[in-house]
Amino acid sequence: MTNNDSIIKIEHLSKAFGDKVVLDDINLSIRRGEFITLLGPSGCGKTTLLRMIAGFLKPDSGVILMEGNDISNVPPHRRPLNTVFQRYALFPHLNVYDNIAFGLKLNKVQSSEIEARVRKALKMVSMTDYEDRDVNSLSGGQQQRVAIARAIVNRPKVLLLDEPLAALDLKMRKDMQMELKQMHQELGITFIYVTHDQEEALTLSDTVVVMSDGKIQQIGTPIDIYNEPVNSFVADFIGESNILNGTMIKDREVEFIGHTFECVDEGFGNNAPVDVVVRPEDIYIIANAENAKFTGTVKSCIFKGVHYEMFVETDKGYELMLQDYNAFEVDSTVGMFIKPSDIHVMQKERTCNVFEGKMVSSTDVEILGGQFQCADCGLKEGDNVYVSVNFEHIELMDNKEDGTVIGEVEFILYKGNHYHLTVLTDSGEKVYVDTNDIWDKGDIVGISVNISDLHISKKV
Amino acid sequence: MKKFFAQTYLWLLLALLYAPILIIGVFSFTEAKVLGNWTGFSTKLYTSLFAGGVRHSLIDAIENTLTIALIAAAVSTILGSIAAIGIHNMRGRRRQAIFFLNNVPMLNPDIITGISLFLLFISLGISQGYMTVVLAHIAFCTPYVVLSVMPRLQQMNPNIYEAALDLGATPFQALRKVIIPEIRPGMISGFILAFTLSIDDFAVTIFTIGNEGLETLSTFIYADARKGGLTPELRPLSTIIFVTVLILLIIINVRSRRAARKQENI
Repeated sequence: MTNNDSIIKIEHLSKAFGDKVVLDDINLSIRRGEFITLLGPSGCGKTTLLRMIAGFLKPDSGVILMEGNDISNVPPHRRPLNTVFQRYALFPHLNVYDNIAFGLKLNKVQSSEIEARVRKALKMVSMTDYEDRDVNSLSGGQQQRVAIARAIVNRPKVLLLDEPLAALDLKMRKDMQMELKQMHQELGITFIYVTHDQEEALTLSDTVVVMSDGKIQQIGTPIDIYNEPVNSFVADFIGESNILNGTMIKDREVEFIGHTFECVDEGFGNNAPVDVVVRPEDIYIIANAENAKFTGTVKSCIFKGVHYEMFVETDKGYELMLQDYNAFEVDSTVGMFIKPSDIHVMQKERTCNVFEGKMVSSTDVEILGGQFQCADCGLKEGDNVYVSVNFEHIELMDNKEDGTVIGEVEFILYKGNHYHLTVLTDSGEKVYVDTNDIWDKGDIVGISVNISDLHISKKV
Repeated sequence: MKKFFAQTYLWLLLALLYAPILIIGVFSFTEAKVLGNWTGFSTKLYTSLFAGGVRHSLIDAIENTLTIALIAAAVSTILGSIAAIGIHNMRGRRRQAIFFLNNVPMLNPDIITGISLFLLFISLGISQGYMTVVLAHIAFCTPYVVLSVMPRLQQMNPNIYEAALDLGATPFQALRKVIIPEIRPGMISGFILAFTLSIDDFAVTIFTIGNEGLETLSTFIYADARKGGLTPELRPLSTIIFVTVLILLIIINVRSRRAARKQENI
């Protein structure tokens, strides 16, 4: 990709609101004419990023380049881009025509041209003959069409859309998705679209940017994002998936759920711990258990319209989600296969918790904003140390006073036979926990660690 | 039977409420100097009210009252609207604190406001007169305008200001073309409120009007009553004011009813 190709380039963009970092060193290049979607759960920073491109927020550091010029400090009214807001933000005191003509009038476009362009924009959003209507009398879908017309009538170089369809009902949303895609092709301008709806992102986009915690997790085409997620967050967020702990025995051979499978991935090394992703529709299920790769017992079977969704407990005690056009009876024994190309292997992001801390005495260490007892390992007060704790050695307690420090369950990943939790402590650090207990997102928990499970090494 | 009592109670209550006004209205059509004497139907008091000459001081007082009210209402509407926009854009505790400070003067007894303004003008060495009354009225009307504009700002979609900027409006154009039209109903009701409060005011006015012979309606009536007996022309004046207010209220009610019906039909 040459530099001329990119219309917007974002470099090292960061933003914090108070103590909370909402965008952390974002780098992104957007091609001219591209339909790019910023996708992520609420609070991931996608809207903040869009508002920064629009000019409503100033970055703490980093630059936004538009066609090579730094626009980070250009006020919104001088940026050649327009926004479609989530709640339409039409001007209630103006009718449909005057809403759409608002930008053109400000730019002192001749009235004959304004009229022609407004009509053309209305035609584009299939709202011809609505010029004189009061905007408050329109339905949600119609208001959003007017909002889109109001933006595109100014012929912006880039159109920003902030969850424009979130307030519409499902049927209307599907229709509008198709219309937006068509509009993008007709206009040929760059669309930057923000959504939390992964299906919408996959349907509409040329490129999807998956965000979480103020960071970009993955940038890729919808097919790449779906088939080759780079980490367990992306795999879990995009579509349904089984995410499991595995071991790469050697190239093209991976072990998980207690069985060894042939796969197509290479280059992880021998006996390397990995995460394995298998989509529910990629597990083949047969009634005849004898010739199968592995077997299991059907635990539940729910009709979902096109397919049945089943949970199966495998012979080695792992729970898998499957989708199939045929229903299998609950409690029946079934056989299963997975094709090598349907097994997606990911590098593990981490294999144990590592915290930075400080010795408070020879048998006490301060980490995560609390004091933990530890075995005497010859270190003295004031020494800076690294403390590592295995995921399964972190204990979570209902009664938050019982723990040494307090945290909030932030993210839960089911790994077939246990849960992998991300717990955010009061000190703002993340603790990863493997547990069989069921917790809910947002639970406030006490965190403690046994003396013998803290492994301390001096920081050099 | 129950219904009869309910009806009687209602009419009795209304009669008590409106009796004083009705009495003034009725006795404005007779010439008697003392209220309560009926000396036959006449419209002489109405003609002499507007004839000028003898009763010129009353007309002067009315004029002063109206011009002071108009200036005070206009200025406090501008000040109050700007303040409301500023407070609306503040966050968290700061906003609460400022809004609280705005509300205190409204609960403060008028007499205290009057005395403190009196002392302020004295200590600043400002000679009291028309100007000080206007300033005093602006001071106590502004918080009411803030209070009536705030809800409009809170109802407003927070994105519309940004939408205007996004479409190429400068911050000032966005204010003029989008924010002001949105809060206009609040500004109008704030203006009307300020206007009536100003006309009505006695406590603050009496402390800030000075002794150069300037009179507003309220101070005129007060002085008149102390001299012994009310000027008969006050009867037609009160009647006219009452009828004007009544008509205004009816118009406002009919208009808002129509607006509500229009909303429903949509």
